[in-house]
Amino acid sequence: MNCASSTTAMLPQTELNVAESVEDTAPPAQATAVPPGGIAAYARKVLAIVGKDVAAEIRTKEMISAMVVFSLLIILIFNFAFDLRAENLNTVAPGVLWVSIAFAGMLGLSRSFILELDRGVLDGLLLTPVDRSAIYFGKMLGNVLFIGVVEVIILPVFVILFNQSASALPLLVGVVVLGTIGFASVGTLFSAMAVHTRAREVLLPIMLFPVVIPVMLSAVRLTSGILDRLPFEDVSHWLVLLIAFDAIFIAASFMLFEYVVEE
Amino acid sequence: MATQTAVSEQKETTTGGFDWGLALTVVSGVLMLAALFMALVWAPDAANLKAPAERAAQRIFYFHVPSAWIGFLAFIVAAGASVMYLVTRRQKWDIWALSSVEIGVAFFAMVMLSGPIWAKPTWNVWWTWDPRLTISTISWLLYIGYMMLRGAVDNPDRQARFAAVYAIIAAMSIPINWMAIRWWRTIHPAVVLPGNNSAAQGGFGMTGSIATTLIFCVVAFTVFYAALMYHRIKLENLKRRVDTLRQKILYR
Repeated sequence: MNCASSTTAMLPQTELNVAESVEDTAPPAQATAVPPGGIAAYARKVLAIVGKDVAAEIRTKEMISAMVVFSLLIILIFNFAFDLRAENLNTVAPGVLWVSIAFAGMLGLSRSFILELDRGVLDGLLLTPVDRSAIYFGKMLGNVLFIGVVEVIILPVFVILFNQSASALPLLVGVVVLGTIGFASVGTLFSAMAVHTRAREVLLPIMLFPVVIPVMLSAVRLTSGILDRLPFEDVSHWLVLLIAFDAIFIAASFMLFEYVVEE
Repeated sequence: MATQTAVSEQKETTTGGFDWGLALTVVSGVLMLAALFMALVWAPDAANLKAPAERAAQRIFYFHVPSAWIGFLAFIVAAGASVMYLVTRRQKWDIWALSSVEIGVAFFAMVMLSGPIWAKPTWNVWWTWDPRLTISTISWLLYIGYMMLRGAVDNPDRQARFAAVYAIIAAMSIPINWMAIRWWRTIHPAVVLPGNNSAAQGGFGMTGSIATTLIFCVVAFTVFYAALMYHRIKLENLKRRVDTLRQKILYR
């Protein structure tokens, strides 16, 4: 029975591929043009894709729960690795926070396109009358959202375990959001590539970490600036760098995504 | 269809009257030998270095700096070729990018090896977290990632597309990485170099024959890079041609 169901699943998929490639020969340039129906329609399409990912996650709950537990484990492991005491807490804390976010994020990103590919969802998505960039933004926002949920849980834990005052939280949230966007912008693009490689998610960290070093560095600097209560002028250039990275890499990934998924 | 263009390009290179490949190889060989002579014999000892080990190690710099230059040049060429590939979809540009990255990785490996050998007698450490060192290592890893990505994708068309996308992102990230790491380390004045010459930490201003030797070495390495590119591109063309022919025979 299992075999039969898999063949029936395969057949329409190959047909879709053919139909899609015929349609695809016409206008790859059109993908970057202004989508028909204006910004509101475009946003609706993006949100529909986010909604699909959220619905799938709510039904399985497998990704976010794994990410949360993993990031908590990383915070605990750092405690053993660095022998955290009160005097070195503030120097180590930002690094611990960002390593746990980055590793948990990597876990989420590496799964992001595997579900799509395994169940033929990606072909369906590409067939829909939606701009390729809408798929990119949908997937990216979904990833930001999932990593965000993890952060909502680990940030209070971090504040408690590292003995920080809760008044730092609002600023921390801002930095965390910007850092997550930068991380997910390239991460989504690379994740779409990594699923097509032989080793699948193994390659993603190797591709992603060297590229997102500026994000990690500026986020860690900003976080330690917040924890040490430095004046804003001392760390403002890191904020500029972080925002610039976000903008540049969202734009680049947005333009390059259609080359990754075309086929 | 794509492999067809590779075959025709291959013909172009062999039917030309004048053998550019041979000329390039000979010229770069002569230049590299001359560079070796200039770096080891002709250039005077650095006047301000007292210890013999330091004086000997200083000569590494004539090959270290050009290697780093070729490393970055190779990555710029690869990024340009990748853009061209995505725009034109001609296999030629994919081969250019692939060849350039491979050569760049090799030259960066030389930078990574020669740097610590120079640094140990001069700085008394093998490694510092200087921006230049850090960014070079990151770039090296980025492009090793490029080669691993290529190796992990079977479909040749997809391989070329993914590699091009990755090369563009990697090339964009290098200047941003550079800025970030520079800012990160400006807190440590001891390792931040004031001038734009990485040898400045050893404490000499370049004049006369030392500068001449360095410039000559940079030129010689650039010609060497061109010669390597020529042969690597030719090799890749031949490899793809063999693949096409093999498939023709198999599926006849």
